[in-house]
Amino acid sequence: MLLNNHKVSLSGRSKIVSNKDMTFAEKIYLPAIIAGFGITIHHFFKKKATIQYPEVKRPIADIYRGKHVLKRDDEGRERCTACGLCALSCPAEAITMIAAERKEDEKHLYREEKYASVYEINMLRCIFCGLCEEACPKEAIFLTNEMVLADLHRSDFIYGKDVLVEPSDKRVDISIRQTPEVLSFKKDKNQTHNR
Amino acid sequence: MFKVTIDNHTIEVEEGTTILQAARMIGGIVVPPAMCYYSKLKESGGKCRTCLVKVAQGSARDPRPLPKLVASCRTPVADGMVVQNITSQEVIETRKAIVEFLLINHPLDCPVCDQAGECDLQDLSYDNGKEESRFEEAKRSFRVIDIGDKIQLHMNRCILCYRCVYTADQLTDKRSHGILYRGDVSEISTYIQTDVTNDFSGNMIDVCPVGALTDKTFRFKNRVWFLNPMNANRSCSKCSGKVTAWMRGGEVYRITGRKDQFGEVEEFICNECRFEKKELSDWTIEGPRNIKRASVISQNHYEKSKKPSVILPLENRTVSLDEFKNGSNNEIQL
Ligand code: SF4
Ligand code: SF4
Ligand code: SF4
Ligand code: FES
Repeated sequence: MLLNNHKVSLSGRSKIVSNKDMTFAEKIYLPAIIAGFGITIHHFFKKKATIQYPEVKRPIADIYRGKHVLKRDDEGRERCTACGLCALSCPAEAITMIAAERKEDEKHLYREEKYASVYEINMLRCIFCGLCEEACPKEAIFLTNEMVLADLHRSDFIYGKDVLVEPSDKRVDISIRQTPEVLSFKKDKNQTHNR
Repeated sequence: MFKVTIDNHTIEVEEGTTILQAARMIGGIVVPPAMCYYSKLKESGGKCRTCLVKVAQGSARDPRPLPKLVASCRTPVADGMVVQNITSQEVIETRKAIVEFLLINHPLDCPVCDQAGECDLQDLSYDNGKEESRFEEAKRSFRVIDIGDKIQLHMNRCILCYRCVYTADQLTDKRSHGILYRGDVSEISTYIQTDVTNDFSGNMIDVCPVGALTDKTFRFKNRVWFLNPMNANRSCSKCSGKVTAWMRGGEVYRITGRKDQFGEVEEFICNECRFEKKELSDWTIEGPRNIKRASVISQNHYEKSKKPSVILPLENRTVSLDEFKNGSNNEIQL
């Protein structure tokens, strides 16, 4: 029974090991060592698999899903209205926010009467699926092709509004991520939110 | 007793029952949606037309169909009546049009609106509406006003169902708000912004099917789907003290009445319970409410579901015929 074990191999790739004596050529090992050098030397002339990061970078897709950005609108007001749909859709439960009501004198800062006074994404939880981007009804959150870099403390991975909201003077271009349908929808003046 | 058939389900009901009530006794998907009818408020109904159904046979004595679709919330049944709700293409088409009409002046406020997630209009348009709007004109718009220090009125979102007016009329001793003007420009208001301060005025918030009347003490505090609705009670001299406490962690975010599967409160609660008791120590928590699985409020709650009683051993089965027909009858509609 035991001897026939290989016959029940599930993969069908098991080999029978034999204990037969080695020949003289095998016993002196030299041919095997030379063959081994051959393989090593052969690899010197092959195309390299590694690159010299950070001088050289691998190409990434235009719609690579990296660090998030919270967009401002054309007048520089924050688009996010703290509706919570991104947090709801997030499978990793990475997003939390606290909403606040816009004051009379803050109309130039926030687009809607409600805004996120705190908005945090835990980058250690985030799986960069982009569902938050898909859920957002206000075109406020987008993933960018910027990477989330390593850091020393866990708490440093909780990105707040200071990191996420795009600076007014250094806008992040995300137009490539938007389909022509979305872009034309945003220009449609029949939609109240575009008026 | 009258025999009435709704979408091929036959049921015997008492004389004077409306088609909508009869359908609710049958339960399940034959129940027409209702935006203005509220069984606990006398005279309500007949305003929004979402509950229109087709009467294919008027009665056993006179089997002719009724010439037009009728509002099921206001039409009493007749013996031998045959009603079509979702089995009639005409009703489905009309309901689509009604939703479009309701949304004509309705803003796209859901991301900002505190009602989102438990809004009858959202559900209605999700189930029956179209994806896009054909309305190009400017929508009517009003200022947001405070009626009293606890209730806020967003007239833009109002669908003029009159439920709040009946609530004020029937529940409180002095009605201080109503509908002003007519037609397109009509609005719910208090005249010259009188405060609404009756003990039971807060119930307007619960009866409002949309986010027109909202709780100022909960304004923008959280979104309903991040909260856990819990049954809670306290002894109260003015009302039964039986409420739903919307909690997160150990914090009570808001108090509402307990809503049944048709979105109506089981009992009206007083303003003291609703607005002033926001400490965990004020309440005895009975346990979580059952939430419909399809409701967004059940998202991310990971509640363990009860084993359906049909897979229990025979002798432990407790499912009644009603329960069986309605799925599970202790689910609430949210
Ligand atoms: S990318 Fe996905 S996992 Fe990351 S925050 Fe957005 S929804 Fe959550
Ligand atoms: S980022 Fe978008 S989805 Fe998320 S809260 Fe803001 S508006 Fe809503
Ligand atoms: S009332 Fe309902 S449909 Fe209207 S904005 Fe509020 S949530 Fe949306
Ligand atoms: S519910 Fe019947 S007309 Fe509104």
